[in-house]
Amino acid sequence: MQVLNSPTQTSTSYATQEPFLIFDNLSKVYPTPTGDFVVLDGIDLAINEGEFVCVIGHSGCGKSTLLDMVAGFRQPTDGEVRLQTQPIQAPGPDRMVVFQNYSLLPWLTAYENIYLGVKSVFPNKPEAAKKHIVMEHLEMVGLADVANKKPSALSGGMKQRVCIARALALRPKVLILDEPFGALDPITREELQEELLTIWRDHQITVLMITHDIDEALFLSDRVVMMTNGPAAKIGEIMLVPFARPRDRARMMEDPKFYELRNEALDFLYNRHAHADT
Amino acid sequence: MTAPLDIRPTRSRFNLQKFANSALDALKGLVPPVVAILIFLVIWQVLTMGPDANLPTPVRTVQETWELIINPFFNYGGTDKGLFWQVWTSLQRVALGFTLAAVVGIALGILVGTSSLMYSALDPLFQILRTVPPLAWLPISLAAFQQANPSAIFVIFITAIWPIIINTTEGVRQIPQDYNNVARVLQLSKSEYFFKILFPATVPYIFTGLRIGIGLSWLAIVAAEMLIGGVGIGFFIWDAWNSSRISDIIIAILYVGIVGLLLDRLIVFVGGLVLPEEQKQ
Repeated sequence: MQVLNSPTQTSTSYATQEPFLIFDNLSKVYPTPTGDFVVLDGIDLAINEGEFVCVIGHSGCGKSTLLDMVAGFRQPTDGEVRLQTQPIQAPGPDRMVVFQNYSLLPWLTAYENIYLGVKSVFPNKPEAAKKHIVMEHLEMVGLADVANKKPSALSGGMKQRVCIARALALRPKVLILDEPFGALDPITREELQEELLTIWRDHQITVLMITHDIDEALFLSDRVVMMTNGPAAKIGEIMLVPFARPRDRARMMEDPKFYELRNEALDFLYNRHAHADT
Repeated sequence: MTAPLDIRPTRSRFNLQKFANSALDALKGLVPPVVAILIFLVIWQVLTMGPDANLPTPVRTVQETWELIINPFFNYGGTDKGLFWQVWTSLQRVALGFTLAAVVGIALGILVGTSSLMYSALDPLFQILRTVPPLAWLPISLAAFQQANPSAIFVIFITAIWPIIINTTEGVRQIPQDYNNVARVLQLSKSEYFFKILFPATVPYIFTGLRIGIGLSWLAIVAAEMLIGGVGIGFFIWDAWNSSRISDIIIAILYVGIVGLLLDRLIVFVGGLVLPEEQKQ
């Protein structure tokens, strides 16, 4: 394992060694008139507390189904997902999702969008405390001055920042991100990746993120989970990303190890598991 | 409802040049419809100028109805009232019937939209009943209510309610899955979900339903009043026909058209006040 020279930080991860989020022989099957359609087949994975894990794979490989089962939107056909030994059965604020399409309510301001969740999850907190939580998280993403703007007046990057603030305001144990930066321009995307890393380090939160951007996965995560193609997708390979934290994008890009891992991931996705229609 | 989103009042100083330009643009916009109306009047005049024409010329129409036009507020008792009172009476019926239809329609629409059991149970019924012509309801409502006025109001109610129900239902069913997922993750209470997500997301659809509904109820009231009699613009037209006052019919039709347009604009205007800025499309 090659470690980059970093005077302040030598460990490669902030994660503990305790299994926190566990996928136990997870399968999802949809019955169809022509027989069962297996989306996911026997997913086993243990994510440690504080770990940053990215899932990559071609579209249609069941990444979103996997995420839906962690979030609790869908129930597995077989096996289970456990968070701190508790099987996940329904959506809840301990697993906050940042959706691909921003999903802010367009008729509420940035402040109100976050407040809606805070009010629902912490009903017993005094009003001042709720307001404080909302403003604190808007400040965290640098958007305190647009608190009273509606989403239509915000850029794509700002909207996604509000979504991240909304998710973190509820103090989740796991932050789930579904291709959160896919719709952003490259510069904004890089900015948000770095902000996300800072937030992740400060909050010591467990992150599960779906992406189809290999560079993004390598820059952000401790481990990259690569899915085989569906139907009946499995975990093909799990890649350890050894770069020291805090990570510096420029330095990482100069590291030969980065290209080694990148080529390995590309090889996995485009040679060994090339998409049928590409 | 197709106005571009970005027209927001800018806080610029009053600009005479701009004002003059926009006034000129407005005038230019008026030219084509005015020309079209003039051509229409000329064709009408030419077609009805012959000695054995069945309909009056536009000039004669105005001459014969001058009393009605300049004095819309006379009231000689009975059904002998000015056009304002005729239209006013019809509008009151529409207001009552339409308000009932809006309240019941929106409530039923939300109920049917949120429950797939209700949807599968009631939607076929709605699809059948909505195609029934307004006047077909009149005999059965006369039989039920035994009185002219409640029957007319019921006809308006039953005519306007279907587009309101169907559009509201559609609006509820079209709520983006993302919003529902957000509600589930945040574990919003039922009332929070209703007021913060379901209702705002459905409002544009509701207004589409209301707009169609008010148009249909104005259609229905004119027809229903012809049959039930009494004061009202519909019976005014029927009465004029029975007394061979063809010019009165023409002028009343013009009034019906203008009032119908105003009703439609009214709903659009209210929609503009109520709809969140982001949903005006």
